[in-house]
Amino acid sequence: MNGFMSVLLDIFRQPSVIVALISLIGLWVQHKKATDIMQGTIRTMVGFLVLTSGTTVISNSLAPFGDMFKHAFHVQGVVPSNEAVVGMVLVKYGSEAALIFFFGMIVNILLSMTSRFKYIYLSGHVAFYMATMIAVIFEVSGLPTWGVLVWGSIAQGLIVTVSPALVQPFMRDVTGSDEVAFGHTSGSSVALGGLIARLTRSKKHPSKSTEDIKFPKGLSFLRDTTVIVALSMMLIYVVVALCAGPTYIQAKLSNGQNFIVFALLQGATFSAGVFIILAGVRVVLNEIVPAFKGISEKLVKNAKPALDVPVTFTFAPNAVMIGFISCFIGAIVGMLIMIACHTTIVIPGVVSCFMTGAAAAVIGNSQSGVRGAVISSFVSGIAISFIPLFLLPVLGSVGLANVTYSGPDFGVAGLIFGYANKFGGQVALIVTVILSVVLFYIASVLLTRREKAKKAGVDSADADGAAVTNA
Amino acid sequence: MKILTACSTGLGSSFMTQLNIEKALKQLGVEDVETGHMDIASVTPRSADVLFVGRDMAEAAQGKCDDVVVLDSLIDMNEITAKVSDALKRHGVALPTQQ
Repeated sequence: MNGFMSVLLDIFRQPSVIVALISLIGLWVQHKKATDIMQGTIRTMVGFLVLTSGTTVISNSLAPFGDMFKHAFHVQGVVPSNEAVVGMVLVKYGSEAALIFFFGMIVNILLSMTSRFKYIYLSGHVAFYMATMIAVIFEVSGLPTWGVLVWGSIAQGLIVTVSPALVQPFMRDVTGSDEVAFGHTSGSSVALGGLIARLTRSKKHPSKSTEDIKFPKGLSFLRDTTVIVALSMMLIYVVVALCAGPTYIQAKLSNGQNFIVFALLQGATFSAGVFIILAGVRVVLNEIVPAFKGISEKLVKNAKPALDVPVTFTFAPNAVMIGFISCFIGAIVGMLIMIACHTTIVIPGVVSCFMTGAAAAVIGNSQSGVRGAVISSFVSGIAISFIPLFLLPVLGSVGLANVTYSGPDFGVAGLIFGYANKFGGQVALIVTVILSVVLFYIASVLLTRREKAKKAGVDSADADGAAVTNA
Repeated sequence: MKILTACSTGLGSSFMTQLNIEKALKQLGVEDVETGHMDIASVTPRSADVLFVGRDMAEAAQGKCDDVVVLDSLIDMNEITAKVSDALKRHGVALPTQQ
């Protein structure tokens, strides 16, 4: 009997089994056919195993990178890559992360049912990445597993409900409606960028829209994530390899292989790992997100789906290019400051510059044209270079692994919950979660009251964002 | 027939567009149309009969599929339903709810 129990426990400790069970429940509540349920459940389990095997590929290419960087510059260099760090966390805290992701979705539905913030976060991939970070922060606090799950899920649900609410005043300007929200981990810096773009708007010298500019064709390869990750990582690896020198690399790391060839291959291998992880994430989400969407549509009246960054791209495709370039420049400026200050160096992450910068520019453009787009995405670039730096100390052993989360919301959530635990321990962490829930409802009630007092008309959009920012 | 959607990572917006297209198909009363989503780089001419992409992907989608449909907005159900219905007609699928 004891043996049987331990086998059972072994099975349920497997994150792939937990994720498969979640999709089993999702498919079952959708009243799918038995064969579809079986197929979906097995696909999810295999998808999760694909995801974790991508981690091995990435870790193998990052280990020599860390060595080269330290040898060359005598400081640690950190690559911000969600895919890479998520894979590593899943190996250690996979079950907790999967359950926080699942219960976080339920908390998201509950919060939007009971407040005025009716945002259903449908960007499953970034929500999943967020859940892994929450799992780490709450695990590091030493809470028992049930505590990690309860408080972690509440924190997760809060983040994915509040983040779209912050951006919504600007999303209304972009889309010209209140139908759709912005669901991505760049939410907080996009809202900040939009606010700055609005404040720096000039009546005397209005800036024209980014969409009036004609761009040269032929930049379409930038839409290919695999190519941009590979190109940028190969470049970074080669630069670091040149600084570390051939003697060290050929003697210690590459087994005699030419150091440039070695660097190029390792950079490309990193991209291969990202490719594998994305494939796994896609399979897992295919089974889970439709169920979540169906359930939330039934339960939450007037629910607004919070969607991924590219939804905004169609409203201002030119701003996407401007945003990427301006955000990348911001990130490089951030890196130069870090070099000057002798801190750990966060290398600009090309993918996050593309996503965050593009979103910030589309929002900035809606506020004050080209000037707004440039300012908003530059601010985001500075933010995404520094935030990972402050995140490192709260991630426990994960923070030492040469990779970190890229995306402003990871930083904001990490700073709030991670530092609550760092300075006040478990009690402060739990108090912070409870306090956040209380503030969430106070903001909701106050905004509704103010709206009633104003009796419609006046731009309630501005009120919405401002009060949430204060909370 | 098969309708495919694509975006740069094949994770978020292509998936949402796929779900919107499924919704449109349901509204139109059409069954037996396969849907899917993937990253734009992995799409080949044999992947599907029709490829739906957002305005920003129009250039990258060129030549990926014989029938590329560019959406001005990924969330406008009217546009999606109209363009799905046109695509179905082009490929000879009967629309039962056609007025």
